[in-house]
Amino acid sequence: MKDTDIKTLLYAHFLCIFSVILSVLIPSFFMEDFSILDTHLTWLCFCSLFVTSINLVLYLVPKPNASSKRSSLSHKVTRFLKCCVYFFVSCFFFHVIFVLYGAPLIELVLETFLFAVILSTFTTVPCLCLLGPNLKAWLRVFSKNGVTSIWENSLQITTISSFVGAWLGAFPIPLDWERPWQVWPISCTLGATFGYVAGLVISPLWIYWNRKQLTYKNN
Amino acid sequence: MGDDTWKDLFPGAFSKAFFFSSFNVKDLHTVDNGILEHLYPTMDSGEWDVLIAHFLGVDHCGHKHGPHHPEMAKKLTQMDQVIQGLVERLENDTLLVVAGDHGMTVNGDHGGDSELEVSAALFLYSPTPLFPSAPPEEPEAIPQVSLVPTLALLLGLPIPFGNIGEVMTELFSGGEDSQPDSSALAQASALHINAQQVSRFLHTYSAATQDLQVKELHRLQNLFSKASADYQRLLQSPNEAEATLQTVITELQQFLRGARAICIESWARFSLVRMAGGAALLAATCFLCLLASQWATSPAFSFRPLLLMPVAWALAGATLYAGLLTTTSLKLDLVVLGAVAAVASLLPFLWKAWGSCRSKKPLPTLISIPGPVLLLLLIRLATFFSDSFVVAEARATPFLLGSLILLLVVQRHWEGQLLVPKLLTIPRLGSSTLTGPPRHSGGYALRLGIGLLLCTRLAGLFHRCPEETPACHSSPWLSPLASMVGGRAKNLWYGACVGALVALLVAVRLWLRHYGNLKSPEPPVLFVRWGLPLMALGTAAYWALVSGADEAPPRLRALVAGASLVLPRAVVGLAAAGLMLLLWKPVTVLVKAGTGTPRTRTVLTPFSGPPTSQADLDYVVPQIYRHMQEEFRGRLERTKSQGPLTVAAYQLGSVYSAAMVTALTVLAFPLLLLHAERISLVFLLLFLQSFLLLHLLAAGIPITTPGPFAVPWQAVSAWALMATQTFYSTGHQPVFPAIHWHAAFVGFPEGHGSSTWLPALLVGANTFASHLLFAAVGCPLLLLWPFLCESQGPRKRRQPPGSEAKGRVRPEEEEEEEEEEEEEEEEPLMEMRLRGAPHHFNAALLQLGLKYLFVFGIQILACALAASILRRHLMVWKVFAPKFIFEAIGFIVSSVGLLLGIALVMRVDGAVSSWFKKLVLAQQR
Repeated sequence: MKDTDIKTLLYAHFLCIFSVILSVLIPSFFMEDFSILDTHLTWLCFCSLFVTSINLVLYLVPKPNASSKRSSLSHKVTRFLKCCVYFFVSCFFFHVIFVLYGAPLIELVLETFLFAVILSTFTTVPCLCLLGPNLKAWLRVFSKNGVTSIWENSLQITTISSFVGAWLGAFPIPLDWERPWQVWPISCTLGATFGYVAGLVISPLWIYWNRKQLTYKNN
Repeated sequence: MGDDTWKDLFPGAFSKAFFFSSFNVKDLHTVDNGILEHLYPTMDSGEWDVLIAHFLGVDHCGHKHGPHHPEMAKKLTQMDQVIQGLVERLENDTLLVVAGDHGMTVNGDHGGDSELEVSAALFLYSPTPLFPSAPPEEPEAIPQVSLVPTLALLLGLPIPFGNIGEVMTELFSGGEDSQPDSSALAQASALHINAQQVSRFLHTYSAATQDLQVKELHRLQNLFSKASADYQRLLQSPNEAEATLQTVITELQQFLRGARAICIESWARFSLVRMAGGAALLAATCFLCLLASQWATSPAFSFRPLLLMPVAWALAGATLYAGLLTTTSLKLDLVVLGAVAAVASLLPFLWKAWGSCRSKKPLPTLISIPGPVLLLLLIRLATFFSDSFVVAEARATPFLLGSLILLLVVQRHWEGQLLVPKLLTIPRLGSSTLTGPPRHSGGYALRLGIGLLLCTRLAGLFHRCPEETPACHSSPWLSPLASMVGGRAKNLWYGACVGALVALLVAVRLWLRHYGNLKSPEPPVLFVRWGLPLMALGTAAYWALVSGADEAPPRLRALVAGASLVLPRAVVGLAAAGLMLLLWKPVTVLVKAGTGTPRTRTVLTPFSGPPTSQADLDYVVPQIYRHMQEEFRGRLERTKSQGPLTVAAYQLGSVYSAAMVTALTVLAFPLLLLHAERISLVFLLLFLQSFLLLHLLAAGIPITTPGPFAVPWQAVSAWALMATQTFYSTGHQPVFPAIHWHAAFVGFPEGHGSSTWLPALLVGANTFASHLLFAAVGCPLLLLWPFLCESQGPRKRRQPPGSEAKGRVRPEEEEEEEEEEEEEEEEPLMEMRLRGAPHHFNAALLQLGLKYLFVFGIQILACALAASILRRHLMVWKVFAPKFIFEAIGFIVSSVGLLLGIALVMRVDGAVSSWFKKLVLAQQR
């Protein structure tokens, strides 16, 4: 592992953070009365779109995983379709988990689903980009001593911090502060976003800090 | 008109009323506009004596936007206009009182005791001039209690008895044209009436209670009598100088203020010393629970001093304290005496803790709660300090429980025990960390976790709303079926309830059968076979009668009434009989001694073997087991068996948990009777949930054969969380209005007469059913279950695909062998492992109990701390104090139940020992 790798990782993560910031800024230019809280669902869509596209760009440009040897068009198409299917499955899976955790079943379905979408964007999309539609690899990355590169390590950290952020976001909901961001699912989406950004910031630093201890099997 | 709280506070008190819902804090205008629509017409109609208009917009606006928001300006302008309009319409004999009942903080909230929150404006206006001179720049602050006597006297009503306010003298001056003397006289007479009332109140109050300061009371009484005398003299000789009048007024005012001061001092008094002492005592106890749960695992731990020492010390401490008090002739306070005894009983432990602390181990090694669980526990404790979270606990607890469950699943995956062998192909670095091969196929824990979440969510559907959250709708399923209209729906629900009952019964029987517990002809088994269905039948019949009682034809009324009296009692009697039987003969092991002829498929009828016993086995139990096991292996391999003798003991492996589960079911039925019918679904869910949770937890616990056995913290925390969750999902709330009083009338349709303890017992059993079920009988299962699950895992994997028939046969024969050779998991010892190490077994039981008590103890500690720290909070009597009381009673119920549960386990243990002795004796003969 070289320092240049970490630097690349850092830049990539800055791009991701930038995409989150852009999703706040850009719509306000061409949309009247756009704000994160009032038009929350719109923002969710934008944020999901931006983060996904940046992730795709990152996937296409630096190619952290040079695994796909076969590059026929049909293979690419199936791979892409598979990715889409995985994404939607993960959205539905998250939706079910939210409902099991106490989200309303019938009311606010769209809100809950969009929360599932944004959480999938923060977690599933990077996984798909980095590891491809390969459940075994996912399970390997998210277990102890399972990571094989700094990219996977950072993926682990950002994903976990997104989940933790979303989880922590649920805590202000019962409080009686009567703030607009306490409404389901705004606090959770914000929590997930902050968790994602925090994970993006923390993971290069953490890897840099622990670069002496980290030994990956492939390296 | 306005705030509909008036309607709830004074139902039927108003001749005409226009009320609007007041709970939606975001709604700034509904209430105000509603008032404005009716206010002026009502005023102009003249058909009123007192007109109350309670505007809410400013308050809501403060909550929603804060005091410095443009909305607030709009609202205040509107209120200004309202007041102007009112002033224009006032007639000469009318008084306009504009008062706020509280202020607001800079955030716009209120409820605390800060200056900003407790001070509000008071504006009095009348077309007739009220004040003789221009009001001062800095008007004096008038206590809110003074509004009561003032308004009462102005309306010509007697001052309410409990009032301690002081009339506002300025309002009694009698107008501009009156003489200054007569106005002063009017003020004096108003004050005198007021003072008479307060004096009467003080007199009665001090006679009833002793908490007012006697000296101060005497001074006040003297002041009052002197002022009264002066006043009487004044009345008799009205030509006295103005000075006397002023003296009288001052004296009366002094008296009133003194009375108020003495009352305030006495009523708003908290004994901080006792609060701190109690909290410290609780904290020390919790800490010692934690420490002792660690000590219990050490091999040199002895149990006897654990009971004797504290008792001795407590007695010594109590005697010492009592002696001290009698020598100094102070009053003996029982509470303090108990506290002293408790402190004394803790002292030896503290001494020991101090010693061990200083000598070797640092504290963090003693406190072995894993980080995430500790975090969850801390979050849970922190929630007790927020009234919103206490109110929302019914939703927060399942959330935390779900988090804990998923955490368990994820942790198992993280440690590579969940899906690794099937899916992971890459050789991993950490494979050496595995304690053993995983016992279950992939996704097993995940499925359990999802099932648990589902159960939790479904149980959450039975949710009763706290009254503080108006937007929430209580589940309609909590009401009894009798309140339903519509026969079809009622019948369907009734069918569902009976179905739940039957499902519960069938599940328990299947479980017992699975572990081979339904074979022996012992009375408890007979009870499980016949008594439980009978209880279910009784319950179903009772429900049918109760839910349809109103529709019964008149001829059958007497029969129905009699049956609804008899049936619950019969069920309770059956339950008691079942428990007695269980205590009498807890070991329901079927002993079967058979010839060791090679049997292949005859295992299907294990009863057929002729019971012959030979005497050539003069060894103890392990040898018996070995032979038996050898015989079994021989059967498995379809070879000739070596042993000439077999003794088949069924269900020995689950002997403890079978007793526990039976007791649990037997207890559940009477508790179920106390609830509304549809709660039976919750009970079914509860059993399912605890079953899944036990499996999930058991899947994560490695079995260490020689001991020490331990129940991990996450298991205990999950169990405690589930107890709280079930408390809520059975339709309870930790507030007094939510208590299910109807439970007192189950089996006593006519009421109880004068006795109070029986209804209290019934209502208590209803309220704390979940604590009782989980703690009492459920808790030891946490220890036992991993041993039960031991039987399944290895077996499933070992079996070749062809031998399914045998696979089905074998679980019926949960024979337990003390195995001394070959690999560990060849034959499951299950709970007999516990007997192999009695010391560890006892220590583990003790540790389990201590851990459970610790988890509940810190909950009470947090509740007590919250109630004492926030004792001036607006919600203290509505939220924190009831929560503390419920939590404390729940703790008492839990600990009593825990003791009973552990006692049951010990009873079974003793019975198993005697059973072994008998067996050995029989073999020797």
